[in-house]
Amino acid sequence: MNQANIDTNPNLDAKTNLDRRDFLTKSSVGLAGLAIAPGMLLFDLAHGRAQDEAVSNKVRWGMLIDNNQCESGCNDCVTACNTENGLSGGTKPTDSQWIRKVQLKDTHSGHISSLPMMCQHCDEPPCVDVCPTQASFKRADGIVLVDKHICIGCRYCVMACPYQARSFVHEVLTDQKTEVPRGKGTVESCTLCVHRIDKGETTACAEACTKAGHNAILFGDLNDPESAIAKRIRSVASTQIRADLGLNTGIRYEGI
Amino acid sequence: MWIRLTAIFFSVLIASAVYAADKPQIPHLDIGKGGQCVEDPQLMRKIHMNLLKHQRDETMHKGIRGQKYSLAECVDCHASKTTNSVLGNNEAFCQGCHVYAAVKLDCFECHTSKRKVTAEASK
Repeated sequence: MNQANIDTNPNLDAKTNLDRRDFLTKSSVGLAGLAIAPGMLLFDLAHGRAQDEAVSNKVRWGMLIDNNQCESGCNDCVTACNTENGLSGGTKPTDSQWIRKVQLKDTHSGHISSLPMMCQHCDEPPCVDVCPTQASFKRADGIVLVDKHICIGCRYCVMACPYQARSFVHEVLTDQKTEVPRGKGTVESCTLCVHRIDKGETTACAEACTKAGHNAILFGDLNDPESAIAKRIRSVASTQIRADLGLNTGIRYEGI
Repeated sequence: MWIRLTAIFFSVLIASAVYAADKPQIPHLDIGKGGQCVEDPQLMRKIHMNLLKHQRDETMHKGIRGQKYSLAECVDCHASKTTNSVLGNNEAFCQGCHVYAAVKLDCFECHTSKRKVTAEASK
């Protein structure tokens, strides 16, 4: 190719347009910060964070699952997760399952309860400890993720997870969701709907559970003492599954 | 006589080679919606991979979204209007150029190559 063709200077038109774009972005961020009253913003930012601001450890996302509200036959959270993330919904050993319903039976009383089980978003995740490429990592706001760009598919994390929450993609995939890239040869698990959280929304499973009228899944910021989840955890007894491992899970259960 | 003929033959050959070099077989790409790109097109041809790689780490690890160099936005503008994809044939925006340059294209093993069809657009 002719060297003269490679012109690194953006032309004048592009520059003007970019300046305009820049101006619009900045001014909208400025506007969003306008307070109409103390503690009240004119426009709500994504959970109090601007889109171009990095996540911080001031926030810790988590969910409280009320086992008494969770109905035995209901599978709405699983279906919602599959739809949101483009999973097949299959339950073969080679199919990805990010969330599954588990039935527990008390052998003494015969009492059967069911609860949703997924990545527990540990504070000290064993999957992150064992990852040889640092693909498995914990985001500052407590969400445990797999960076599939650097995952080599060794599946060490799958074995390390005490909750069997991780799946490996065995086959070539097509028609993934725009917000949820997934591909063969990488490990994946519940992302706590990170793409929705970054937009200021709640998780797909919590939304589906509320829609079904069970209200068994409460999503929120564990670090904010004023959040509904923090208040509830303070007022009622809740448990972490395998609390003996000392992982300090972000997902808590009530009534098990 | 033969020497003269051979000389003529070779000069024609060289001239045609020079002519071919002047007009390379560049790929004819379907640029989809096109329009104003986020950077100058020549710059994008050279360094789009660096821009994307930098931003992917920012988004993945720091949760910074809505920035300028987004793969989803590339697909949104450049997916073919007929196939709705940046892959599929040698005129498709990404595949066409990568086949021409003989560079392996990994992005779309995980990311979708199709434009996101919004609920409004599909009506």
